[in-house]
Amino acid sequence: MEHIISVTVENKFGVLSRVAGLFSGRGFNIESLSVAPTLDPSMSQMTIVTSGDERIIEQIVKQLNKLIDVIKVVDLNETEFVSRETAIIKVHTKDVDRAEALRIVDIFRANVIDSTPTTYTIEVSGDPKKIEAIINLLQPLGIKELVRTGRVAVAREPVRPAAVQAKKVARE
Amino acid sequence: MKLTGAEIFIECLKREGVKTLFALPGGVVLKIFDTLHQQKDIEVILTRHEQGAGHMAEGYAKATGKAGVCLVTSGPGMTNVITALADAYMDSVPVVCFSGQVPTSLIGNDAFQEADNIGLSRPCTKYNFLVKDVNDLAATIKEAFYIATTGRPGPVLVDIPKDVSMAKADFTYPNSVSIRGYNPTVEGNKWQIKQAAEAIMKAKKPILYVGGGVVFSGASQELLELAEMTQIPVDMTLMGLGAFPGEHPLSMGMLGMHGTYQANMAMHYSDLVIAIGARFDDRVTGKVSEFCPHAKVIHVDIDPTSIRKNIHVDIPIVGDCRTVLRELNQILRATVNGEQKDLRKPWWDQIREWQQAHPLTYHQEKDGPVKPQQVVKRLYELTKDRDPIVATDVGQHQMWAAQYFKLAKPNRWLTSGGLGTMGFGFPAAMGAQAAFRDRLVLCIAGDGSIQMNMQEMATAVLSKLPVKIIILNNGFHGMVRQWQDLFYEGRYASSNLGTTPDFVKLAEAYGAVGLRVKKVGDLDAVLKEALATDKPVIVDVPTYPYENCYPMIPAGGCNHEMILEDPPELKMKQSGGAKVTPEDKDTVLTA
Ligand SMILES: Cc1cc2nc3c(=O)[nH]c(=O)nc-3n(C[C@H](O)[C@H](O)[C@H](O)COP(=O)(O)OP(=O)(O)OC[C@H]3O[C@@H](n4cnc5c(N)ncnc54)[C@H](O)[C@@H]3O)c2cc1C
Ligand SMILES: Cc1ncc(C[n+]2csc(CCOP(=O)(O)OP(=O)(O)O)c2C)c(N)n1
Ligand SMILES: [Mg+2]
Repeated sequence: MEHIISVTVENKFGVLSRVAGLFSGRGFNIESLSVAPTLDPSMSQMTIVTSGDERIIEQIVKQLNKLIDVIKVVDLNETEFVSRETAIIKVHTKDVDRAEALRIVDIFRANVIDSTPTTYTIEVSGDPKKIEAIINLLQPLGIKELVRTGRVAVAREPVRPAAVQAKKVARE
Repeated sequence: MKLTGAEIFIECLKREGVKTLFALPGGVVLKIFDTLHQQKDIEVILTRHEQGAGHMAEGYAKATGKAGVCLVTSGPGMTNVITALADAYMDSVPVVCFSGQVPTSLIGNDAFQEADNIGLSRPCTKYNFLVKDVNDLAATIKEAFYIATTGRPGPVLVDIPKDVSMAKADFTYPNSVSIRGYNPTVEGNKWQIKQAAEAIMKAKKPILYVGGGVVFSGASQELLELAEMTQIPVDMTLMGLGAFPGEHPLSMGMLGMHGTYQANMAMHYSDLVIAIGARFDDRVTGKVSEFCPHAKVIHVDIDPTSIRKNIHVDIPIVGDCRTVLRELNQILRATVNGEQKDLRKPWWDQIREWQQAHPLTYHQEKDGPVKPQQVVKRLYELTKDRDPIVATDVGQHQMWAAQYFKLAKPNRWLTSGGLGTMGFGFPAAMGAQAAFRDRLVLCIAGDGSIQMNMQEMATAVLSKLPVKIIILNNGFHGMVRQWQDLFYEGRYASSNLGTTPDFVKLAEAYGAVGLRVKKVGDLDAVLKEALATDKPVIVDVPTYPYENCYPMIPAGGCNHEMILEDPPELKMKQSGGAKVTPEDKDTVLTA
């Protein structure tokens, strides 16, 4: 089963290779991996999309935790989470196709971020299903280039009953 | 006052209590060697190969429980030490290895003798550091020792570029270390420990399965108390030997692929496996799907990744063996009563039955070729009062040493289990001898393995490390030959060593003492002579070449289905049978 694992790591030299080496050395799967600094510049946040049965995921989480440069590991599948991915898609557009492309962009609330007489470059964000869907629709026009960021995700804040929340606000 | 990087390096080692450094010089570490040369607090043992330096550091660490330290140069120095680092990583040995690196300005330029030391060592170290600024050196070394020796121990590499060892900085050594991503759990979860105590009280057929973790954490006393109080039999892994006294009536000896019959049967038929500092290696579990089919499993381990890696665990306890056992014992002390023994009597009756049915056996004819087991047994009997440290190489001789050399105490057993590194034994023995100059250190070696680090005899002679090497000389890669006999229809592909050097002359050539056991009747006398010598000694013991090591669970086999002796067709072959030519035997016996 697919799992999204959020990993907070030290922002230093060689950390990415330690994480990547762990996955390749132990034969774990990486579907996508994204990494960027956090608000605190001494840390980076990784989002790793991986898959495996329960035992493998347990090992992945434990092995990640064991890495000395890893500060925190959260298996987001254990809670509710929201995830997004961005794709940038360059499509060929002949005269007749340009309107069709724009229509698709509109439906998916995507943006055209660059255009030439024969191409549009489209940016779209969403969950993986949405990205797949727009790719499928654009494919007949001819996709020239496609890059995807891989997914990033955060856990949803637990929703507290209104009364409790109000109390907390009052105290603060 | 400012110190050079090299001086800081030495000051740091002193603060860490390092007395001995196993090392081999080269261009980028010359500044460090030059500075070492001008001080007296740290002894430098010059090895002949960096692999030797690494294994010596391991032997030192295993015998003392402290970090072993080695120093190598860049490029080939680094690649040579990799095997030892990988070995230390698999067996959780605290080693701090310092490597030289080309000057920071040249890193990445394919400079002379440059290697990506961090990349090379990443998969076989617990952690590694590249020091780019001399101002970071002291804090880095402090962290290196801290990481190597705490939690699940392991090797740590510190890569020091040449310019860093030459540059100057103020020296301050930090008092403590805090790494936010590294906080080993020492205390076990109290509720889980209570669950474990309850399971132990209820169990009818419990078994203690103890490993290297008990040795690392110094929990032997606590283990002894637990076992005696609850009357639970103790199985030891290869790495756990010595954690529990081998001659104790509760000891079942080693379990696993070449473990004793009773150890494996007790494990297989138990209803509660209490694993302490052991990692359910495949040489122990055999076929995982049929491992301990009737048992609940308690697993105490400081490394969460060891738990449920291979085997389902019912009561996991993450923590240090010693701390957890103390707490467990405290609970049990309050509850255990005489009834426990009665409750378990049927279990013990069963175990004694297994013990009597298939004890370890071999047959030594009076005038026949020397049997390897006989050598180990006599060596054990002749030395046990001297509380020796025993190192082994890898192969059949290692397994016979594990079976017949009954260790009474921990930190006396130096063997390569996880990586199974031939050539480990001799340098490891030297490392232990360097730590304990007055103790008796033995190395039970194979004729194949010893040749993998024979060059270190020069080091032993030079540094006066009077290790006693006993070579069980069967003319073969015996362990390989055994598998070929059992699983490859006796085709000895590259297992016959063909020729072996005259080990007696070889010892003498190095300035050490060489002795040979020509017949079984001479065994005791020659061993005694060796033990009375104050120099390094090689005792060459030509042994029966076709002896096989039993019991044996074939790889992936089931723990209660052991091969206990040579199958009939093999026996026939050995008693003058077809494939083994007489010339074969002769060369082997006179090798
Ligand atoms: C030729 C050959 C044959 C072999 N045959 C056998 C055999 O028959 N039987 C056998 O047992 N082995 C055999 N081995 C060795 C085997 O491959 C493994 O190395 C061995 O079984 C592992 O021992 P262990 O489980 O004690 O783990 P170790 O490798 O010693 O690991 C120790 C465990 O304890 C944990 N630990 C460390 N410190 C602490 C602490 N302070 N507190 C709590 N836990 C801690 C670690 O996290 C780890 O999980 C053989 C090896 C060779 C080369
Ligand atoms: C470095 C290395 N290479 C190869 C092996 C595979 N191997 C395991 S045991 C063995 C034979 C060891 O022979 P010897 O040292 O003579 O011991 P014996 O089994 O004969 O007692 C070999 C080749 C190994 N363990 N280590
Ligand atoms: Mg041999």
